[in-house]
Amino acid sequence: MDTIPTPRPKTVEAREKVVILFAGDSGDGIQLTGSQFTDTNALFGNDVSTFPNYPAEIRAPQGTLAGVSGYQLHFGSVDVFTPGDVCDVLVVMNSAALKANLPKLKHGGTIIANSDGFDTKNLRLAGYPDEENPLTDHSLDNYVLHTVDVTKLTRNALEGTTLGMKEKDRSKNMFVLGFINWMYSRSLDRNKKFLEAKFKSKPELLEANLKVLQAGYNYGDTSETFTTRYEVKPAPMPKGNYRNITGNQGIAIGLVAAAQKAGLELFYGSYPITPASDILHELSRNKHFGVKTFQAEDEIAAICSAIGASYGGALGVTASSGPGIALKGEALGLAFMLEIPLVVVNVQRGGPSTGLPTKTEQADLWQALFGRNGEAPIPVLAATSPTDCFDMVYEAVKLAVEHMTPVILLSDGYIANGAEPWRFPEAKDLRPITPPFAKPRETTDAEPFLPYARDERGVRPWAIPGMKGLQHRIGGIEKENKTGNISYDPQNHELMVKLRAEKVQRIADTYRPIRLDSGPENGELLIIGWGSTYGAIRTAALELQKEGHSVAHVQLRHMFPFNNGLRGLLSKYRKVLVPEMNSGQLRQLLRAEFLVDAQGLNKVQGMPFTSEEIRVGALKLLKS
Amino acid sequence: MSTLQPPAPAAKIDYSSDQQVRWCPGCGDYSILKQVESVLAQHGRPKEEIVFISGIGCSSRFPYYLDTYGMHSIHGRAPAIASGMRSVQPDLSVWLITGDGDSLSIGGNHLIHMLRRNVDLNVLLFNNEIYGLTKGQYSPTSPEGAISRSTPMGSTDHPFNPLALCKGADATFIARGMDRDPKHLREMLQRADAHRGTSLLEIYQNCNVFNDGAFEVFTEKASKASHTVFVENGKPLLFDNGTKGIKLDGMTPVVVDIAGGEAAVEDLWVHDERDSFKASILVRLFDDPRQPGALPRPFGVFFVSDRHTHETKMNAQVALAKQKKGPGDLDALLRGENVWTIA
Repeated sequence: MDTIPTPRPKTVEAREKVVILFAGDSGDGIQLTGSQFTDTNALFGNDVSTFPNYPAEIRAPQGTLAGVSGYQLHFGSVDVFTPGDVCDVLVVMNSAALKANLPKLKHGGTIIANSDGFDTKNLRLAGYPDEENPLTDHSLDNYVLHTVDVTKLTRNALEGTTLGMKEKDRSKNMFVLGFINWMYSRSLDRNKKFLEAKFKSKPELLEANLKVLQAGYNYGDTSETFTTRYEVKPAPMPKGNYRNITGNQGIAIGLVAAAQKAGLELFYGSYPITPASDILHELSRNKHFGVKTFQAEDEIAAICSAIGASYGGALGVTASSGPGIALKGEALGLAFMLEIPLVVVNVQRGGPSTGLPTKTEQADLWQALFGRNGEAPIPVLAATSPTDCFDMVYEAVKLAVEHMTPVILLSDGYIANGAEPWRFPEAKDLRPITPPFAKPRETTDAEPFLPYARDERGVRPWAIPGMKGLQHRIGGIEKENKTGNISYDPQNHELMVKLRAEKVQRIADTYRPIRLDSGPENGELLIIGWGSTYGAIRTAALELQKEGHSVAHVQLRHMFPFNNGLRGLLSKYRKVLVPEMNSGQLRQLLRAEFLVDAQGLNKVQGMPFTSEEIRVGALKLLKS
Repeated sequence: MSTLQPPAPAAKIDYSSDQQVRWCPGCGDYSILKQVESVLAQHGRPKEEIVFISGIGCSSRFPYYLDTYGMHSIHGRAPAIASGMRSVQPDLSVWLITGDGDSLSIGGNHLIHMLRRNVDLNVLLFNNEIYGLTKGQYSPTSPEGAISRSTPMGSTDHPFNPLALCKGADATFIARGMDRDPKHLREMLQRADAHRGTSLLEIYQNCNVFNDGAFEVFTEKASKASHTVFVENGKPLLFDNGTKGIKLDGMTPVVVDIAGGEAAVEDLWVHDERDSFKASILVRLFDDPRQPGALPRPFGVFFVSDRHTHETKMNAQVALAKQKKGPGDLDALLRGENVWTIA
């Protein structure tokens, strides 16, 4: 395979956007194939949006439906806001991958199937009846089907190498990657560079992977079955410098950036949990920024260590998912009571209890707002996309530090693992963050230091152990106004409950005015979303507007306190629709707070909305 | 005692806060507070460089009574809070105040992990074998059969041996003192303060309201000598005014009558606080003193070892990362590895 055969003439067709889904066994290297092809397209200039869909089990039995791993990529020469409702191309490594994902393929779509994954054993594992093979029984006649014996071709490419059969088969995914790059007229340079870095210390594996990658590409060129290549031109994106980023990366980078801008050391206390662990992994690689990561003994210790670090004058941060956040509840109350900066990120997953760890949901909104004893209002923010995770965590830090309060940021599994291009900012353009440090004093000062005296925003000073003349005691027990000494006085308690709540409420005064994402300033229908439903709602709203409907879209990022302009906005539309990946948590809040007849559009399947689902839901409400 | 700080010229600093101390009259906590103040004064460290962190329970009110930095946190979690604080404040003097319920029941997990990490701070574990603040339930250190408000027929639980637990978690400093022996307690506090790493000092503390006399066999004059052995580094384990001693019969400690000539002082177990194996035996001298033939209960510094502390390793990694990669460049982090430009 050293010499590249003469390419036969092939036609090249242009495509505006393509949705491609790679699927296979969890050991097939699907996530790598998908993310590599994503990076190639993003670097080429396409807009991209991805949806990695992991199996629940670490390594479910090979070939079974439970072990299917998927990576969906939407790339285009136009703006894309979601990973796509339906796929144009489905690449499957085995029978189970086909069975699990065929419903997502559009009629007439293309299937590229690894025929080796459709032997009797694989077909049986996937639950196909005996003697039935979808590749040969014409059940796929409504699709364009290409069968390729990826396994055999990979082994052929590696003939003569000293690698064992298992090792050879492990590079199957590179064959697929090479082939797909050919199919979409992409260069292999970027992937080659990646492999060179990855296998730097293993030259034998590097050579093998490069060989197979090239073999896959050449196969497209030489095979008679593939007559057409496609081309997706760069998208007209705003000028600037871009990189690709997942939501969890956005959070990690945002935390480092915010800590740097605030002049604080970043301390991250965390306990491993899906889908939040990548934040810990990412941060632990950034110790040269002075980042301290602490893998605690449990979720409670994770938040408590972060509280301790904030008490010690650092920026204390913890992240988890629903079950872990439940364990952190008491400590969140403590941080609220202490009035100390703390950022808590909840990368939501399907619940309740252990629920669906690898799937996505937005069902922890009430937990974030109400999951504490006593009256403990804590600002709650929600990120709407992978890149928005950076912006929102930055804001979470700013609010926590400048207002001396814990802040909860809600992300979810969908945007945490999904990627999109990010026009990243320059450090100098990031908003300043100013900690309200107390001024050290000479101990001869006559007046005692008042740790709970407040400024005009209701914010107390941050006095850090080691600061001269500011010794004081704080705690979770109710404190006397200003002095912070223990107080059981009834009037004082009511006053303190009020003061703490007012401080948090005033945070709404710092928000930018509420802004529609799209649509008319008043009219028939307002669609209100929050968090990761952004892309699906945006796509649907733009389509509805194109169709001539009076539909506007607003995406909430401030779940508590609400934007001061929300009440006015709600009054400008006859109908309000609230799509959520839960049974109606925001809808109930809107009804309670604003007495508005908000209608729900709810999906609780561990899967994100498709834009079509939103469009249909909106049309139904418009017609009612 | 070469590790001890020389006595300060004079106690110039008053470490008491302006808050009224509100433990029950007669509580053992008063004695401990007094000795802690005395040790702080002797050390003479500026008030702002001292931090007391506590959990929940009677003892955990402690920070309010000292004019240092202090946090009265939540039940059982002080070790986690102190670990985080210590991670970012390697130079302060940090003390952790806890009780038997706080550290061995609800906070047991945090205690053992703090010990294995060897976070540099001083833990004062006030053990009164009862829940006092919640008014008299048995605790994880209450003996089997203990009658309490939640165990009217007697506790059916086997109690923890706190120091054996801490030894099992690889604590680098283990000691025991008692509220009724202030002189010895002060010495233990000084030793704990001088040790780098987690210093675990268990203090037998009398709760005169809900568990009065729990330790009186060890603390009262009439029985103290015959039921306790005060261990000192390099010295034989003698007790009962030197009339009795403990020798090791293989791995088994046995009481021998020195006065009666059963054994010579030279035959006795000589305490070596750096001997991990012997410390593991010493912490097991935990007999029920009411039983005939019970071994005496040891007091003193059981074990000391030098191991890197949590925060030194953590800071060393940060320093190494900075040395290898240079101080973090935020713009480089924002850019990442694969940038493309749309012009």
